[in-house]
Amino acid sequence: MTAAVTFRSVSRHFGAVKAVDSVDLAIAEGEFFAMLGPSGSGKTTCLRLIAGFEQPDGGEISILGQSANGIPPWKRNVNTVFQDYALFPHMTILDNVAYGLMVRGVDKTTRHKAAEEALDLVKLGGYGARRTGQLSGGQRQRVALARALVNKPSVLLLDEPLGALDLKLREAMQEELKGLQKRLGITFVLVTHDQGEALSMADRVAVFNEGRIVQSGAPEDIYNRPRTRFVADFVGSSNILSPSLSESLSGGRRWTSLRPEAFTLEPGDSRLSLTGTIEASSFMGAVRRIALKVGDNTIHANLPAGATLPAEGTPLTLHFAPDALNPLEDAA
Amino acid sequence: MRSDKHNNAPFPLKLAATGGLLFLHLPLLLIFAYAFTTEDKSFQWPPPGFTTRWLAVTWARPDVWQALTLSLQVASIATAFALVLGTLCAAALSRARFFGQEAITLLVILPIALPGIVTGIALRSAFGMMQIPFSFWTIVLGHATFCIVVVYNNAVARFRRMSPSLVEASYDLGANGFQTFRHVILPNIGTALLAGGMLAFALSFDEVIVTTFTAGQQQTLPIWMLEELIRPHERPVTNVVAMAVVLVTLIPILGAYYLTRDGAETAGSGK
Repeated sequence: MTAAVTFRSVSRHFGAVKAVDSVDLAIAEGEFFAMLGPSGSGKTTCLRLIAGFEQPDGGEISILGQSANGIPPWKRNVNTVFQDYALFPHMTILDNVAYGLMVRGVDKTTRHKAAEEALDLVKLGGYGARRTGQLSGGQRQRVALARALVNKPSVLLLDEPLGALDLKLREAMQEELKGLQKRLGITFVLVTHDQGEALSMADRVAVFNEGRIVQSGAPEDIYNRPRTRFVADFVGSSNILSPSLSESLSGGRRWTSLRPEAFTLEPGDSRLSLTGTIEASSFMGAVRRIALKVGDNTIHANLPAGATLPAEGTPLTLHFAPDALNPLEDAA
Repeated sequence: MRSDKHNNAPFPLKLAATGGLLFLHLPLLLIFAYAFTTEDKSFQWPPPGFTTRWLAVTWARPDVWQALTLSLQVASIATAFALVLGTLCAAALSRARFFGQEAITLLVILPIALPGIVTGIALRSAFGMMQIPFSFWTIVLGHATFCIVVVYNNAVARFRRMSPSLVEASYDLGANGFQTFRHVILPNIGTALLAGGMLAFALSFDEVIVTTFTAGQQQTLPIWMLEELIRPHERPVTNVVAMAVVLVTLIPILGAYYLTRDGAETAGSGK
């Protein structure tokens, strides 16, 4: 099976800044792939390299087995949903969606029919005659999606597509995008700084930092088995335990991470434990989040919301399974 | 009791404002009045009689038509040059970021900030040095220097309001550079170009200073009027022509104003 997109030690430098620094990646056909990272980590530049808005300074990019180096964006069978949607303000919604077909010389009846179908697909049937100014943010986002999908791209790129939407709409769109991707079977490449978005939608996640991929794998692996302090902290804010604290728990002198939800109040067989003073305790709805001062370290734990806890300032012992302690590769 | 706030300006201020406006615009009315006087040797007030004879006289004068034709041709061609070059300049300077960009922006705008006499002398000596004979084309070149600035200023403002991702979206959807210009850029900057073009046309049409330095034997309409004022012969003809110039330049300027006054929102920023 040919990969939809492959990078072989691809670099893109802006002056002295290595925006993308010798990145290797392979995105399989039909995969939902997420590029996750903080701003400036190189994920957006990678997306622009796939779209063709940027050309690599080194390395080789191929799309469906064909080298894409030097190929302009208009000759790539790749379409983008832009962060600001980039709908054409001087056209109707229908003409916006039909634009890609229009510039390829598809006749008016055919392209308008295809555009109507694409609008139906994103549940905006009948909106074709409107102008972009008459739509809400969520509707514009759907138009941008329809405008890209109507071209039947082999790869669809999504640049922070849900960033401008409010929470409820964002959750609804996450499910819808995921469903759409399953139904159409198109390779989706999502760029986001929101770990929840990446974990919930993608088949595979690549975590970016400082122009490099620091870890990639299934969402469960990234979340449960982060390899470095950066990944452990960026994806789901783990507790990072210093080598000395880890040594006192499990014997090995190395950095480890521990998820806040790994703790319980009940001591079980062969469970490890941490004892400290409760510094803060706050009700978060589904869970109660407490901050426990253990020596010089502050450990965060998510406990069941109904758990009965002693008052702040009093000692508490928390228990966790030994395999919840995740060893990290950082030098101790 | 009046509660209209707009009427609360103190009386001396209102008087000064009215005086200022009259001082600016009464001479224009005088030009119009003298176009219909029966006295053709001096500007006598009040005009001894009213006649529309000068309209016919002006219509029959071949030198007026010659000057008018030349002015229209120069203005049209200088504007056409300016539209192409000014738009290209604006596209380059509003989108790219490079070393020396500010300096180049200043150089583009300079011709309109420089006194016309400096531009005129500079062009005249340059033409002389390169042994280019003065002709229709030297006038056009002279006018194009400041027409480009007007088009550039209008276009660059619109380019800056246009989201750069619009152009990328067009490329992304399969449109090449030419198709993107035709279907996305031009519709978004069209009114700004029309407005810039109209202003450039009006500026070129009544330009005197640069023209005196770059013209050979040809007389554009403003130059013809200047010569005509010295010769006391059928004076009201000049006034009739002046009236025509006011109308010809006023219409494009008003048009440009109406085309660019609205549209404060950024084109294509979709949120």
